[in-house]
Amino acid sequence: MLISERKPIGEILSYVESDQSILLIGCNGCAQGWGSGGERQVAEMKNTLQEKGKTVTGSLVVDMLCDSTLTKLKLRSYKKEIAGTDAILVLTDGAGVQTVAELVSKAVYPGCNTLSSGGAHAEWKESERCLECGDCMLGFTGGLCPIARCSKHLLNGPCGGSQAGKCEVDASIPCVWQLIYERFAQLGQLDRLEKLVQPKNWSVSLLSGPPVRRFR
Amino acid sequence: MKTKSNLERVLEARQFAVTGELGPPQSADREVIRRKARLLKGYVDACNVTDGQTAVVRMASWAACLIAGEEGLDPIAQMTCRDRNRIALQMDILGIAALGINNVLCLTGDHQKFGNHPTAKGVYDLDSIQLVQVVKGMRDEKKLQCGEVMAVEPHLFIGAAENPFADPVQFRAARLAKKVATGADFIQTQIVYNVERFAEWMKMVRDRGLHERVKILAGVAPIKSVGAARYMKTKVPGMDVPDSVIARLQGVPKEQVPKEGIRLCVDIINQVREIDGVAGVHVMAIEWEEVVPEVLEAARLLPRPKSVI
Repeated sequence: MLISERKPIGEILSYVESDQSILLIGCNGCAQGWGSGGERQVAEMKNTLQEKGKTVTGSLVVDMLCDSTLTKLKLRSYKKEIAGTDAILVLTDGAGVQTVAELVSKAVYPGCNTLSSGGAHAEWKESERCLECGDCMLGFTGGLCPIARCSKHLLNGPCGGSQAGKCEVDASIPCVWQLIYERFAQLGQLDRLEKLVQPKNWSVSLLSGPPVRRFR
Repeated sequence: MKTKSNLERVLEARQFAVTGELGPPQSADREVIRRKARLLKGYVDACNVTDGQTAVVRMASWAACLIAGEEGLDPIAQMTCRDRNRIALQMDILGIAALGINNVLCLTGDHQKFGNHPTAKGVYDLDSIQLVQVVKGMRDEKKLQCGEVMAVEPHLFIGAAENPFADPVQFRAARLAKKVATGADFIQTQIVYNVERFAEWMKMVRDRGLHERVKILAGVAPIKSVGAARYMKTKVPGMDVPDSVIARLQGVPKEQVPKEGIRLCVDIINQVREIDGVAGVHVMAIEWEEVVPEVLEAARLLPRPKSVI
């Protein structure tokens, strides 16, 4: 069970500032259970975005968004909506956001912060995609996590040890900043990498100790 | 002048600057620092003092800076984000400024996996770019990262590093732009052996006008042996040693390789000096400090402007 909660609306709007149309995706798994990205929250977000003048090109809730195969099948029937949208907002934990980012060539943003895996990881058994940092950075990095996948948790670009797409720590690890760069290049959004990302709030991370607040 | 840094003074006078590098010992032996400092004194405008280079435990940079300063060098305290969070980094910034150190070099740091404590927890609370921003805010706005205001600010000349040979290559100038925008005064690059690729990077830097906003010092280093060249090529992250460099060293009898390594370094200094926007060189003769005068003499970079330290 991945435990997540919705990000503040101001932060979400800052991600989609230059996007007019938005496709909404929620998850009927953990996010439904935690009330962060089920049917109800997706409908609420649709209203909020419309009130803020955005066009919602569609909304869907997938049963297990972190399951790449299931999600791929489901997204097939939304080809038109995906093609016609500026950005996709995903209301669930970091694993679900990264599943969508991997499957579509569109800007994908997180609508939630992942607080904890509740002791177990979801469908990403062989590669860690979410460290439950509680302050999701995927909105700055094209839907690829620099906390879980960069050996130095860098927020402003690759270190000097990134060569030929590999991490300096181990040649079997892809440099996630190379992947982030390629993704923004593909989306024509390299300008997003010019913006300074501020120091992160680590106080909400489990790495800073036991949770200081009850999840609910 | 923002600071009392000798390096800042040389660069502001638009003189071609030379910095050196000093690695503190893996012990409490202050004589090692004194000896290395004496080898470099008078030949460099300022000298980097490394901060746990390659993630190996060595004497703290600030302490070694103090000893090097007593010998008459203008030390540049290297500071990595690997071992300290934002609290410790800011405490050390205040500390080095109070000790009379004039320069700081903000680095992310070599990953702990490469050192002698590979099971250590890496910190990386800030990245090097954010650290530049924090030091700049402390110096120019008297503000800590949290926003609180201090009474006496740290007057530090702020440096950062860039590696023109790391990937993605198209992003390296953009990354430099972030360091300049956040407040870096000077940049030292990774060691240049591939001059062609360095020149391409400098073109991207000039296209963004960055060379007019920050002083760029090209990293250079003499090579002692063919083995050392091969090691750098294959084992050191972020290095680009072309085959032509190894071939050149192999092309002379073994006993002449060190001399050829020095000549190669001089040639590279002469080449990078011709590139528009290069404001100086950073000579990294690690554990071979005694050849620095010879390299600089041959490159006609001596005598240095009289130091104010």
